[in-house]
Amino acid sequence: MSKIHVNSTINGDTVEFLCEADETLLDVLRDRLNLTGAKEGCGTGDCGACSVTINGRLVASCLVLGAEAEGSEIETVEGIGAPDALHPLQRQLLEHAALQCGICTPGIIVAAKALLVQNPDPSEEDVRYWLAGNLCRCTGYDKIIRAVLAAAAEMRGENP
Amino acid sequence: MRYVVAKDSRDAVALLGETAGARVLAGGTDLLVQMKLSETGPALLVDIKRIPGMGDIIEEEGGFRIGAAVSGAEMGAHAALKAQWPGVVEAVELIGSAQVQGRATMVGNLCNASPAADSVPAMLAAAALARIEGPEGVRDVPVVELLAGPGKLHLADAELITSIFLPARVPQSADAYLRFIPRTEMDIAVVGAAVSLELDENGVIKAARVALGAVAPTARLVPEAENALVGTKLDASALAACAAASSAACAPIDDKRGTVEYRTKVAGVMATRAAKIAYIRAGGTL
Repeated sequence: MSKIHVNSTINGDTVEFLCEADETLLDVLRDRLNLTGAKEGCGTGDCGACSVTINGRLVASCLVLGAEAEGSEIETVEGIGAPDALHPLQRQLLEHAALQCGICTPGIIVAAKALLVQNPDPSEEDVRYWLAGNLCRCTGYDKIIRAVLAAAAEMRGENP
Repeated sequence: MRYVVAKDSRDAVALLGETAGARVLAGGTDLLVQMKLSETGPALLVDIKRIPGMGDIIEEEGGFRIGAAVSGAEMGAHAALKAQWPGVVEAVELIGSAQVQGRATMVGNLCNASPAADSVPAMLAAAALARIEGPEGVRDVPVVELLAGPGKLHLADAELITSIFLPARVPQSADAYLRFIPRTEMDIAVVGAAVSLELDENGVIKAARVALGAVAPTARLVPEAENALVGTKLDASALAACAAASSAACAPIDDKRGTVEYRTKVAGVMATRAAKIAYIRAGGTL
């Protein structure tokens, strides 16, 4: 069967790819486009490690087909910050030692950034509910929550 | 497996009709999981998200029509819808994580037909109508009449639900949905309860709809609980009668989330709590 041809924008770049009808966006990103920041934790939308945004909306890329991405704007963790210019979320996660194995971290960054776009001043409760779909088996979450709140304060221009 | 983007509803109906084992793809948060867990996937996926109107929330006859491809996140961000039907929106917003909310739809929640679906009791309490398109044309059906059993709706071959209509509200009316789960987020209802009330100018309940989820093979309306509320100001005896009627309407399963006895008891508690929230939202004072 012939593959499906998809045009999309990923992290600001125009990207064309071919995929199978039943291939997830996560598999396209990782296996065809070499964007391995999004991780496959569960593959069933429960863990959030594959979080990306599509047209600004946070989704689990394991529950999206590559074919569905036609014409859409996708942002992955690769589009957030750079090695010499970390995003405040990335820097605060490091400074709070809010990761151990790191598998959940890309998804946490993508999800937290999506929260801060729509709510620059979230409460601790807001952050905990928003990140309820991002599972971390190492940290116990507390440092992650503190890091996100610190990044939000930094992005609002407040001194810590 | 083939993947096809439907151009319009007639196109979708035709595609569903010509391929055995075709499935409708909207948010995909149930369908893609089912595909992953099954050996043989569907022969055809019909993506309905690009059909004009399918992604829209529009005001209609004082109420709202919500397209089958509208995500939970979009419903939650719609201030006017939330103001008129807060219980329906809060039920939809309980479905899954922020990531799932970005894709999952209310129609998909209905079509997945879980007995524990959060939005379904809320739609029953709201007297929601489903618009169904199929080979025979278009029909509007009360959501309650579609419920057939776990995983099953009364839909004919090649029919699809294209939108849900939530009717206009009169002043001093409101709805509420409450779900009981053993944790605070990301779980499946042990009991869900939705209540919609209309009050008169004195705060007396003129009309009530009470629906329960996760306590029977499908969500169900509880007329005896509704009768217990009408004509009252939600006094203690009305609440007690509502709780007793709600518990009496339960025919739940035993599972790791709750026993039959537990679900039966909690159904009464949740129904009365939802009734109190709806009553206050409608302008009543307790």
